[in-house]
Amino acid sequence: MSLIISAIGQGLLWAVIGVGLYLTFRILDFPDMTVEGTFPMGAATAVTAIAHGISPIIATILAFLVGCVAGLVTGLLYTKAKIPVLLAGILVMTASYSIDLRIMGKPNQSLLGMPTLLSSKFFQSLPPYFDSVALGFIVIVIVTTILVYFLQTDLGQAFIATGDNENMAESLGINTDNMKIMGVSVSNGLIALGGALVAQNNGYSDVNMGIGIIVVALASIIIGEVIFGELTMVQRLIAVTIGSIIYRLVLLLVLQLGFNATDLNLISSILLAIFMGLPALESKFHLKHVLKRGLKND
Amino acid sequence: MTKPIFQLKNIVKTVNEGTPEQLNILDNINLDIYSGDFITILGSNGAGKSTLFNTIGGNLKPNSGQVIYNGKDITRMSVVRRTEFLSRVFQDPKLGTAPRMTVAENLLLAEKRGKKHSLIPRNLKSQMNKFKKITAKMNNNLDERLETATGNLSGGQRQTLSFLMATINRPGILLLDEHTAALDPKTSEQLMNITENTINKEKLTCLMITHHLDDAIKYGNRLIVLHQGKISYDISGEEKKHLTKEKLLTFFNDIQ
Repeated sequence: MSLIISAIGQGLLWAVIGVGLYLTFRILDFPDMTVEGTFPMGAATAVTAIAHGISPIIATILAFLVGCVAGLVTGLLYTKAKIPVLLAGILVMTASYSIDLRIMGKPNQSLLGMPTLLSSKFFQSLPPYFDSVALGFIVIVIVTTILVYFLQTDLGQAFIATGDNENMAESLGINTDNMKIMGVSVSNGLIALGGALVAQNNGYSDVNMGIGIIVVALASIIIGEVIFGELTMVQRLIAVTIGSIIYRLVLLLVLQLGFNATDLNLISSILLAIFMGLPALESKFHLKHVLKRGLKND
Repeated sequence: MTKPIFQLKNIVKTVNEGTPEQLNILDNINLDIYSGDFITILGSNGAGKSTLFNTIGGNLKPNSGQVIYNGKDITRMSVVRRTEFLSRVFQDPKLGTAPRMTVAENLLLAEKRGKKHSLIPRNLKSQMNKFKKITAKMNNNLDERLETATGNLSGGQRQTLSFLMATINRPGILLLDEHTAALDPKTSEQLMNITENTINKEKLTCLMITHHLDDAIKYGNRLIVLHQGKISYDISGEEKKHLTKEKLLTFFNDIQ
């Protein structure tokens, strides 16, 4: 049972990463590799700030802002310097490895004996593993509420239109470059926030903790979409969080089946490939038809 | 004599500059457009029609010459700034609408054409009645589908929506780039009727590219033929009214 609670807590903490990536991957409609760099950067920033005696809340906000700046750089490289977005993201991702080492001064930093968001009285009073559930829940509710509000404003609609039809957005007077820069920036801020949360939950930060982050974030998005199908924008954001929790439960199941924790990256990628390939394979092999026929038993 | 609302002065647009293929797509274009003009533009492929629109819209900057709106030089003004007074309908229905947003959301965006987008709530609900009214006039069930994602509309509905979006806020100048070409003949005619009614009622200033000689003759008060980057034919008023397809065809044969 505690394993399941722990998995749900992980899912909620990681959900903010899925939601962050959703802004670029689904709304602006491009893959942003920067996230592999901003996740450990957020972790490094928060952990180092806490180690220097800064309060965990401020340290976490600081991580968000640092992520925004990294995203801003990617956005500027993409829109102003006209570097293809995939490459722009990889450039910032690669550079951030060096920056993380500069921030921490070493490849990893422990939070042993130091305060974190989870060490406040409220979280300590909860049963084991429920602290990360509560923290993840609070953060994702705040983030989702703000995003839902934002997407329903004039600016939010202009942002959605930019990703949906850039040509039209421009012809209606929307500055699409600014929308993209804003989106990539906020997206990476959220990813860094996720990094800060995960690092505080794990009790340490490591420069290599960013590997495979994009796959994890995509998994939350895709699982949510495959399970729930056609949804409104608001429902989609909530579906990402549910997708994130399901993803963690699936990983738990895989571990229970006897796989090693080191196999998880391989398994995550395979899972994602299956989920992403499903719609195409479905139409190619008439899977639905076959399944329905199988059920009808005739 | 009234002053023109829109002017092109000695516009030259060159491609492949410095190579043997150097070509003036627009070759010293001069055009005065008066308020209320409905100009149809004819020309073969490569005559420079699209380049002309892109120069007016700001997507392309001319190599030399001036673009003037209301007496103000806007040659260097960005596409986004120009949308304050300029709107466009493209040939491809997919270009003019956002497929994942609903019809109402698209109209709402269009209402804010050229205005600042801020963090105030979009207020979609209070506009629904208005949107229902204007879409109902189109007689193609668009008003029943305000909550539908635009990507699920038919090409005709989508293009009608594009046209509505371009005219929901009265534009100072409206550019129609073969906006009925992708539609079947019946839908195309419907949209042309809507177009003409709206332009007459709102007294819009409009430029319309078309490949149909009949449409070019039937609609508008002025007709221009572009040929090899030059305006080779420009008639208006009574002369335009008495223009026949035969006359136009003879002219086309002469310039070939």
